[in-house]
Parts: sequence; C-alpha cells; structure tokens
Amino acid sequence: MRRARFLIAQAVTGAALACMTLPVHAQEGQMPLSQRLSASQYRQSIADIFGPFITVSGRFDPEYREEGLLAVGSRSATMTPSGIERYSEIAAGIAAQVVSPANRGTLISCQPATANAADDACARQFLGEAGRLLYRHALPADELETKVALARQVSEFHSDFYAGVAVILADMLISPNFLYRHKVLEPDPDTAGSQRLDAHSKATVLSFFLWNSAPDDLLLKAAESGEIHTRRGFRQQVDRMLDSPNVEAGVRAFFADMLGFSEFETLAKDPQLYPRFTPKVITQAQEQTLRTIVDLLLVRQGDYRDLITTPRTFLTRSLGAVYDVPVIDLADNGQPEHWVVHEYPQNDPRVGILSHVSFVALHSPSGRSSPTDRGKALREYLLCQAVPSPPADVSFAVVQETESVVHRTVRERLIAHATDAACSGCHKITDPIGLAMENFDTSGGFRTHENGAQIDTTGDLNGKTFDGPAGLAQAVRNDPALPACAVQKAFAYAAGWMPPRTSGQLRVLAEGFQKNRFNFIELLREIALSEALYSVPAPTGAMTAAR
Amino acid sequence: MKFTRSLTRRRVLRGLLAGGAVTVGLPVFDALLNENGTAFAATGKALPPRFATWCWPLGLGEDNWVPAASGRDYQLPVQMRGLDPLKPKMNFFTGGQVFLDGQSNNVHFTGLQGMMTGRVSNDRQYLGSFNALIGEAIGANTRFRSLEVSCAGSPRDSWTARGDSGMQPAEISPVALYQRIFGPEFQDPNAADFTPDPEVILRKSVLSGISEERQRLEKALGAADRAKLDAYFTSLRELEQKLAIQLEKPDPLPSCTLPREPRQETASAVTLAKEAIERSNQYAVLLAHAMACGQTNATNLVISRPQSSLRKDGDATGHHTHTHEEQLDDSLGYQLTCRWFTESYMQALRQYVEVFDSIQEGDRTLLDSMILTAYTDHGSPRLHSVRNYPIMTFGNGGGRLATGLHIPRPGDQVTRVGLTLQQAMGVNVSSWGVGSNNVTAPITEVLVQRT
Repeated sequence: MRRARFLIAQAVTGAALACMTLPVHAQEGQMPLSQRLSASQYRQSIADIFGPFITVSGRFDPEYREEGLLAVGSRSATMTPSGIERYSEIAAGIAAQVVSPANRGTLISCQPATANAADDACARQFLGEAGRLLYRHALPADELETKVALARQVSEFHSDFYAGVAVILADMLISPNFLYRHKVLEPDPDTAGSQRLDAHSKATVLSFFLWNSAPDDLLLKAAESGEIHTRRGFRQQVDRMLDSPNVEAGVRAFFADMLGFSEFETLAKDPQLYPRFTPKVITQAQEQTLRTIVDLLLVRQGDYRDLITTPRTFLTRSLGAVYDVPVIDLADNGQPEHWVVHEYPQNDPRVGILSHVSFVALHSPSGRSSPTDRGKALREYLLCQAVPSPPADVSFAVVQETESVVHRTVRERLIAHATDAACSGCHKITDPIGLAMENFDTSGGFRTHENGAQIDTTGDLNGKTFDGPAGLAQAVRNDPALPACAVQKAFAYAAGWMPPRTSGQLRVLAEGFQKNRFNFIELLREIALSEALYSVPAPTGAMTAAR
Repeated sequence: MKFTRSLTRRRVLRGLLAGGAVTVGLPVFDALLNENGTAFAATGKALPPRFATWCWPLGLGEDNWVPAASGRDYQLPVQMRGLDPLKPKMNFFTGGQVFLDGQSNNVHFTGLQGMMTGRVSNDRQYLGSFNALIGEAIGANTRFRSLEVSCAGSPRDSWTARGDSGMQPAEISPVALYQRIFGPEFQDPNAADFTPDPEVILRKSVLSGISEERQRLEKALGAADRAKLDAYFTSLRELEQKLAIQLEKPDPLPSCTLPREPRQETASAVTLAKEAIERSNQYAVLLAHAMACGQTNATNLVISRPQSSLRKDGDATGHHTHTHEEQLDDSLGYQLTCRWFTESYMQALRQYVEVFDSIQEGDRTLLDSMILTAYTDHGSPRLHSVRNYPIMTFGNGGGRLATGLHIPRPGDQVTRVGLTLQQAMGVNVSSWGVGSNNVTAPITEVLVQRT
C-alpha cells in the first residue's frame, strides 16, 4: 500500500512553516488562470495526503468540457452555492475520518497533552503540516494562528481536542486555497521585465499533470528551496515523478478526460433491449480501457498509435457477456469478478480501444447505435478535428422511419438523410467512419445484421478506404492526426488552455513524440520540461514566446 | 430570548458555553394567516412571492399549434388539452422569437441562451438567466436561494445560471433532494419549541477562518481570477446565511407538512420518458412542500437535456432522433410518435402544477402565491427554429399577474416574457436583453401594476 504522503511531510519543521508566505504579484491577462480541482484530483489528493483508506463520499459540482477537455473547462469553473454546501459535507466526512480514534495515531503527528482539552501547540503542528500539503504551500503564520485560535474555541466547547482540529481541517478542505489551483506570477530574475510562475505554482502544475494530485513533500521542498527553478533540480523532479508508480494515476486521469469518460455519469441503455448492460458494466468499461492504456503505454512502453489496433485487452465476466467472449475466471468461483488478460485472435474485428464499450456504447443513444455520434466522437476526441453543429431550418422530408422496409439499416437511413445539401457536409466527415463501427450495437455487443439485413461496414477516412472496424482502426492508427492530437491534448490538459495547432512549440513536441517512437511517457517528459507549459497564455490563447 | 443575526461569534459562544442551548416557545396565534391567506395574521407580514420553472424538451411539434384567438376566449391546441382544467390560472405566450444578431444558431442551445439570459453569443456563455435573477430577488431569506432538479439523471441539465457563479447544477435524485431539504437540518416552522443548534453556531463562526484568507489571495491573483474568487466568496456567504437562518426562529407556516420520503431510485440516469415524468411528480411534491415550509421561494426543474434521448417504452429510438427522422403523417399533419411525447409532457406539466395548487394557504393555494413558468428549447424542433417559442405561466404570483390569457406576439422578442416575469416578481429591472433581444417594456396585458 502506498504510504500516505502526510506521514512523510510531518518531518517539515514548524519554523519553515511559519516563515513561508505566498508571493504577491499582479497577474496580467483577461482569462482566469486558476483551475478548480476536478473530482478525481480531489480524491487523489486526499488519498495521497491522508491515505487511500480515507473514503471520499458525496457528489461534486459537475465539470464542463471546453475545447474537448474538462481540464480546460476547469479554468472557467466557479463554485456554486449548492456546490460549496456539498463540498462542505464531503470535507466534514474526511475530517471526521482523519481524527477518528482509528486514524489519529498515524495521521496526526503529535499528541495533545490531554484529548479532553485544547492544545495549541499540537493543533499548530497538525494544521501547519496538513495545510502545507492541502494548500500546496506553507500557511502564512498569521493564517495558521487564526486557525489555531478557532480550533481552540471548538475544542474548548466540546472538551475535545480532536473536534477542534477536525472542524478546521474541514474548513481547509473547502478553502479556495485547496479547491483551486492558483497560478501566481513573480518577476523572472533571468529576463528583466518578464514574469514567471512562482515555484509553488510551477510545482502544482507539474504534479497535477503527472500525478493528478497535489505536490508531495519532496516537490514542495524543491519549491521552497528554489531548486525547482534550476535546470538540474527541475529535471531531477520530473524524472523522479515519472519513475514513480504515481504516474499511473496521471496517465489514467488524462485519458479519462481525453476520452470523455465523464459522460458515463449519465450513460444508460434500455434494460429490456440490452439486459447485459448493467451498472457494473458501466464501471468496468472505463476500467477496461484504462487498463489497456496503462498496460500498453506505461507497462510495455509501447507505441501510442497501437492503442487503436491492439488485440490485447482486459475483461471481466460481465464485460465478456456484453462482447460475447467467454471469460474464464476460476478464482473465488468468479465472485468478485477478476480482470483477465484477453487477446483477440488475428483478423478479429474487435481490436483497439475504438471497439471498447467505453467508445461504441458511450457515443450511442440508449436504444440504438449512432454512426454520426461515433464518427463525431472519433474526429473530436482522438483526431482533434471539429465537427460543426447541425444547421437550423433543415428539411427532413427525405428521412424515413426506422421501421421502413425500404431503408432497413442505419446506413440506408443516413444516406437518405444526408442527401440534403445542408446536412451532407458534416455527415461526410462523420458517417463513413461511424458506419464502419456498425458491427457494434449501442451496448457494444457484436452483430453482423440489422433488421435482417447484412450490415455494410465499408468506409473511408481521408481517402483511405477500408471495410469493418479493424480496417477503420488501421486507418486511424496510420493517420498523422492521431499522434498530433495526443500531443495537443496532453499539452492542453497539463496547461489548462488549448494551444493553437500551428504553434511552433507544439510542432517541436510532435517531432519529439515521433522521434521517440510515439512513447507516451517520453511525451509526458517533454511536455513537463517544456518552458511553454509554465508560460502564461496571452489573451488570444496564443502561446507566449519561449524565454 | 430571541436570536438575531447581529449576535457576535464571541457572544454566542460565550452564551452557549455558559447557559447551554436556548429553547423558544411558539405562540399559537403566530401560526394563523389572515382571512385571505396572503399574510400572517399576527404581524401582517405578506407571504413571499414564489417562482418556479419547468422545462420540457423539444417543443410542441410541427403543426400550427398557435390558438387562433387571443385573450381569454381561446382554445388550447390538441397536444395541450391536458392543461384545459388549469386554463383559468394559466397564460399562454406564443410568437416570441430570439434574434441571432449574426451569431450562429447552435441548435437546442442558442434559443434557450437568448430566451433565458437575453444574450446570444457563439462563445456559449450562459450567465444571468432570468429565473436565477428572480431567485436572487425573492430568495434571500430562505435556506435555499433556489433549488434546481433534473429528471433524466444529469446534474448538467439546468438552465439556471447566476451572473457570477454561472450554471447552478441540478439535484438528480429525489431521495437526495428530500434529505437536503427535510433531513436533519430541517426545522419545522410549526414546532412548539425552537432550539438553536449550538453546532450550527460553531460552524458559522468557524467559517470566518476562510474569509481571512481572502485578502492575501486577492493580492496574488489577476483580475479574472479575482472575479472567480468573488463568486466563491458569494457562495460561501450564502452558506453562512443559510446557517444564520437556521439559528432564527422560523415564521410559523400552517400549510407546512412533511412529505413522505421517496423510495430509493435504482439508477441515477433514466432512459424512458415515463421514468423522467415519474421523477417530475416526485420532485413536485418535495418542491411544493419546500415552498410551503418556507425553505425556498424559487425552484427550477428540467425534464432532460434538449436533445432528449428519452424513449417511449419498447421503442429503441429517442425523442430527439424521432423529431428529425419521423415523417409527418400526411393525414394528421404531425409526427405521431413525437406527439406522444408532447402530450405526455403536457400531462406531466398539469400534474406538476396541480401539486402546487393542492396546498392550501388560507383560502388560496400555494400556486396562487407563485408564478410557475414552463418553457422549451424549440417550439418546432424539427427545423430548429428560434421563432415562435411557446411559454406558459401558471398562478398569479399573489396578484402580480393576470391569468387566463393567450398572448400572441408573433415576431416580438421572446425576452419580453422574461422582463415581464422579472418585474412581476419584484426584480428591479427596466431593460433586459442585449442587441435585438433587448426590451424595455413588459407585456402590459398580464402585468398587474402595483401601487
């Protein structure tokens, strides 16, 4: 079990806590730079700071996608009144667990003189240590003293030391210093008149990018000492973080965002039509894809593009039922379900992540498949190609009903629909690729016929023709837009803003990705080390010139 | 002894520590309303105005549903016949449109953006909807400034947006909503005794620790981030206000009774229209009781996102897909399946309104003290038209709105309805909307001028 970061951080001295203050600098530009913590960042931070045994229960404010990423949308995310009410309940639950008799011995580094009374010294030590990790910087002395005084009031009222620190810990968990990742600027000593991110902001950007979590004690120390601003010290931190098992959480979080897994929150299929599509499948479908990604990109350090064509994946019995694949799970009589490596045979159409429930079912309505939705999702999520909204005031006179004996398959109905000139422009870029996935019904199950007619899965992608999902996967894998999109989205995910596709820095990163045989971990390293990541975007969204 | 918000933290804590909790008896006479049920008998204090919205997806259909007659002597179109019994308490606004002013029509969004916020923009910014502006005006002294719910399972199905903190997420579970309103923090206004919870007093005082972080943060951040910080602290202040309200003896409300707790739902998301309607019915009971018990004065319900994938039982195709794929029936002149959805939603709307109309307050009903507004994303969804939006209102807002009218205003800004409702609910606004959607005069046929 991963050791809680909090235990390590307890070594920091009280003197260091007291002297640190937030640098104070004005910030240029019109766009907000701070980002609200996502639900997964919140959970990961709590797990890393206090331990994975702390349960985070409650519902977070919804996140909104901008430029294809929740990470970009997090910049405009505010805190609603109902949201702060909910975060407050979540925080109280966490604080109660931290100070519980079962956990206080390990998570609170000091013992009060008596548990029945206030103890300023112990409260100061605990709140200072926890605050430094939660706020990603040491608490200024006056703020810490305010919290100690408030803890004293509550402890005295309840005649319980732990009740006091629990209430203050809960408040720290709803503080904007915790819930928002702020970017604070300071004058750049190397370039007169320029500004740079201060050390703590830089550490925070790096940590949430690579670990989806708050900086650990070592990274905070590198920020506090200024080492993070040195070339050597910074490189050491990046290498250390990429060598850490924590990087898996970062990789998972990035792909969950990039592939739109937040939409699973509202995904449902008709239980009458698709009885195998259970709530368990919804959870496991995301895990299947994330396991496949971690296995290929992190464990085997494979080629990013192979995500689209790999025959290797992980299944459970529930998923096997959807895919109609026998999954042999003998351990514990199959209960609870275990993950089993599964490799599809050669020429099987079910290759790569485009064949997963997490793609074909996620991008389909509840009752039937939608080649247009799937084609649009493929363009937007994986190739970074925008598909315009449907036009207004379009005649649908040629469209036939789904029960039509003339147009029995989705392809036939779509062709009828796309004869309208106003519609055809967009349908031409979505449907030929979406129709190639028609072997998968809306739940992800495999089929060859619809309404008694053979499904035609031929199509083309930018002039490359193919037949069936495997052919589509090969065409997507070989499309230069696939790795280019990964570079653009990974950078945007890290930075919180979408760089223009034509930017020079992006081109350099893309060339490096290719040179490194599309090794995704090397891409993370290059982005983490790039100066552009720590620059501040101009109001137009353009990347600033490298210093 | 009576608690007031002016008590300092120190004094409250000292009082609590010294004397324990405080119990306040409730005079029976306070619980009575005046003869008309419009005010408390003891104080003459008027019952608050209330406001609600109900949003259904995908309009009324492709046929001509605008009644031929205007004024009181009109017939509701066939798909709205379910609302006939409510006609005397209802207004039907037709003909209003959203003006794009050169911006794109992002279908199923731009029309709502214009109608609800008065502003159309390609950047999809959605801030300051008129229902939120009304909620802020009438909800200041309630536990919940407003309550948002959605029936299809997504917290993002909400068209309520504050000017600062933006879209207000919706509650998606009737059980969770019940707990939020009527759970442990609920104080029965008609309880014989009132005991301020010392934990609440402590909680409120401790929150001040966060506010003390504000100044340092503001100095460190740029203007745009400071604006976000302001929104955060506005929300925090509402949490403090909510706690403060819990420390005050609530006004007695004889119409307040506790609803039954809903059954735990099996899944958060639903796929059938009938399931979403069932949730609408559950929410109706909870929200009406929340109003009657003084917990909120503003509620907002959304059936589903506009591009609804809700289905008819046994049909694999969703409503939105049907609006585009189903052929118009030559003999009937409309889409048969789509009509089933529309009629179902109008029936659901009637059920919803009737719950509010079934709670007596004096010799009137809760509905009589409120305005409940029903709206949709496109009047005729098949063509994604931003013209001819159907909007219905129910209730007279305690005498603030005339009712029983069909008000056709073809080609007029639909924002005029929003302005009229804001003025009826007491929002201090004389001009609303941007560009061609700006209006400066309300619909005088319905707005009752108050002296």
